[in-house]
Amino acid sequence: MAGGSTTTSAHAGSHGSSGGGDGASRRDFLALTGNALLAVGAGSVGYAFVDYMNPSADVLALASTEVDVSQVAPGMSITVTWRGKPVFIRHRTAEEIKAAETVNAKDLPDPAVDKDRVKKKELLVLVGVCTHLGCVPLGQKVGDLRGEFGGWFCPCHGSHYDTSGRIRKGPAPANLEVPAYDFVSDKVIRIG
Amino acid sequence: MAHPLYDNALVKWVDHRMPIFSLYRHSLGDQYPAPRNLNYWWNFGSLAGLVLVTMIVTGILLAMHYTPHTSMAFSSVERIMRDVNYGWLIRYIHANGASFFFIVVYIHIFRGLYYGSYKAPRELLWMLGVVILLLMMATAFMGYVLPWGQMSFWGATVITNLFSAIPVVGKGIVTWLWGGFSVDNPTLNRFFSLHYLLPFLIVGVVVLHVWALHQFGSNNPLGIDRKGPQDSIPFHPYYTVKDMFGVGVFLVVFAAVVFFAPNYMGHPDNYTPANPLVTPPHIVPEWYFLPYYAMLRAVPDKLGGVIVMFASIAILFVLPWLDTSRVKSASFRPIYRIFFWILAIDCVVLGFCGAKPPEGIWVIISRLGTLWYFAHFLVLLPLLGFLERPSPLPQSISEPVIKGGGAIAGARAAPMEKA
Repeated sequence: MAGGSTTTSAHAGSHGSSGGGDGASRRDFLALTGNALLAVGAGSVGYAFVDYMNPSADVLALASTEVDVSQVAPGMSITVTWRGKPVFIRHRTAEEIKAAETVNAKDLPDPAVDKDRVKKKELLVLVGVCTHLGCVPLGQKVGDLRGEFGGWFCPCHGSHYDTSGRIRKGPAPANLEVPAYDFVSDKVIRIG
Repeated sequence: MAHPLYDNALVKWVDHRMPIFSLYRHSLGDQYPAPRNLNYWWNFGSLAGLVLVTMIVTGILLAMHYTPHTSMAFSSVERIMRDVNYGWLIRYIHANGASFFFIVVYIHIFRGLYYGSYKAPRELLWMLGVVILLLMMATAFMGYVLPWGQMSFWGATVITNLFSAIPVVGKGIVTWLWGGFSVDNPTLNRFFSLHYLLPFLIVGVVVLHVWALHQFGSNNPLGIDRKGPQDSIPFHPYYTVKDMFGVGVFLVVFAAVVFFAPNYMGHPDNYTPANPLVTPPHIVPEWYFLPYYAMLRAVPDKLGGVIVMFASIAILFVLPWLDTSRVKSASFRPIYRIFFWILAIDCVVLGFCGAKPPEGIWVIISRLGTLWYFAHFLVLLPLLGFLERPSPLPQSISEPVIKGGGAIAGARAAPMEKA
C-alpha cells in the first residue's frame, strides 16, 4: 500500500515539475488525497475481513455457565464445561489448603498468594487448561497423577501445578487461570 | 529452436496464436536442455509434483463426502471409510499421500543441500522451495485436524497455542485463530476452508519455483556450470523417461503402504472422536513434524521454544548466504560432505526425540541435537568456506565421461543431432 502510493506520487510529481510548475502540482494533490482515501477504504474494509474471524455473537452468548457445587464433597473434584473449555472445581481438604497457604509466594515462577485465588477457601475454581500449550492437566479423577505438588500434572510437556493451581515445575509460564465467577447462592456459582 | 516445426496444421494454427505447445516444449519437452549427468536424486522434484496432483484430486473427492462440523466430521470420515464406494482407497491415498509428500520433499531438500543447489544463481529458486515447504506444513496440519479425532483436536490445540507465546497480543491472536475460546466448530470450519485453499497456493508457488528453475536450469551432481551444448541433453525424451521410471518405483512403494500398511504412519488415538475434556496421555504430531516438535520441547522456555522451532525453517531462507564456499557439490567438499551426513543423522535423531516423552535423556539429546542443527548452519557453513580445501573440479560436465581429448569433438556433435 505505502509502496504503491510513493511511486504514484513520485511519478505525478516528476510530471508536475517537468510541466514547468513550481513545487506541488494539482496532480500531486490528487494522487496524495486519492491514495490516502484508498488506504482508509482498504483499512476499514480490511478490518471487517479480519474481525469476521473473531468469536461471533452466538459464541460470546455462551460465555457464562451456572454450577451447583453443593454435591462436591471434600477431596472431590468435578469438571464442567465453560466456553468449550474444562473448568476444574475442587473441594479442597484441610491439608491441601494448608499446603497451598504455607508456600512463600515469592519463590514461585508466577507469584500468587492462595487467598487471592479463591472466594471460599474450600472451593478452588480453575480453568483446566495448561498455560503452556493448552492441554488438560490430569488430577481430577481418583488415581490420576497429580504431580509433585499434589495438584495437577500436565502429561503433554510435564508441568506440575500445586493445590492452588499454581505452576511449580515444568515449561508452563503461568498459573492455571482462575475464571471470573460469583456465588449466586450458597450452593450455586456462576462462571463467566 | 526459435521456430519449432509442427506437422499438424491445427497445432501449428493454435501455436501461432497462443504458443502453448512451444511453451510446453521449452519447459518440459525436447527444447529444454538439461545437464546430461543428472542422477536419480533429481527425480524427486517431479515426484513431488505428482504427489501434489494426487493430493488435490483425492482431496476434491473426499470433500464431496466430508462434513466440516464438530458433531458430524468424525462420523462422515468413518462413512467415507465404510459406506462410500472406494472411500477407503481415496482416504488412504490422501492420508498416506501427505506422508509421502514429505518423504519426497525432504529427500528433494537434502539433495539440494548435498549438491549445493541453493547457491548463486539459484537462491530465489531455493527460497521459493522453502515457501512451498511452509505452505505444505500449514496444509498438512490443518488437514490432520479435519477427521476430528483426539489427535486432531489436541494437535490443533497445542499448535494454535504456540501463538499465545507472543507477548501482549498472543492471547488475542489465538482467540482470533479459533473464532472462539477453544478449538471448536468455527475452528474446524475455517481449517477446512483453508485446507482446500492452500494446495492451490502451493501450485502457484510451484509455478514460480519451476519458472525460477528454468532461468538457469537444473544444478547437477558436479555442481559446475554447463560449458556448451555437449554438456546438455534435451529433457524429452531423456529425462521424461527417467522420471517415469522413478514414478514407477515410487508407485510400487506408495501402493504397498496404501494397501498393506495404511495406518502405519498414523496414530490410533485419532480413531477416537475428539473430546475437549480429556487430553490423550501422550500427544505426538505426525512423523514429519517430529524434529521441529523436539526443538520446541528442547527449550525450557515457552516463547524461546516457539522461536527456535520457527527459526529452524527460517534459517533455510538465508542458507545461500551462510554457506561461504563457492564449490557447490559436496562431491568436491571432503569436510562438508561429512557434516552433511551428520546433519542428516541429527534431523533423524531429533525426529526420534520428538516422538518420545520429554523426560530424562530425551530432553538432553533434543537439546544437543537442536544445538548442532543451528551450529551447522550458523557456525560450520560460514567457516568451512575458508577452512576447507575443495578437491579439484572437472573442466566440464562431459569431460569425466568422455575420456581422451580426441573424443570430445565427436561427442560434441552427437547430442546436437538428437536435439
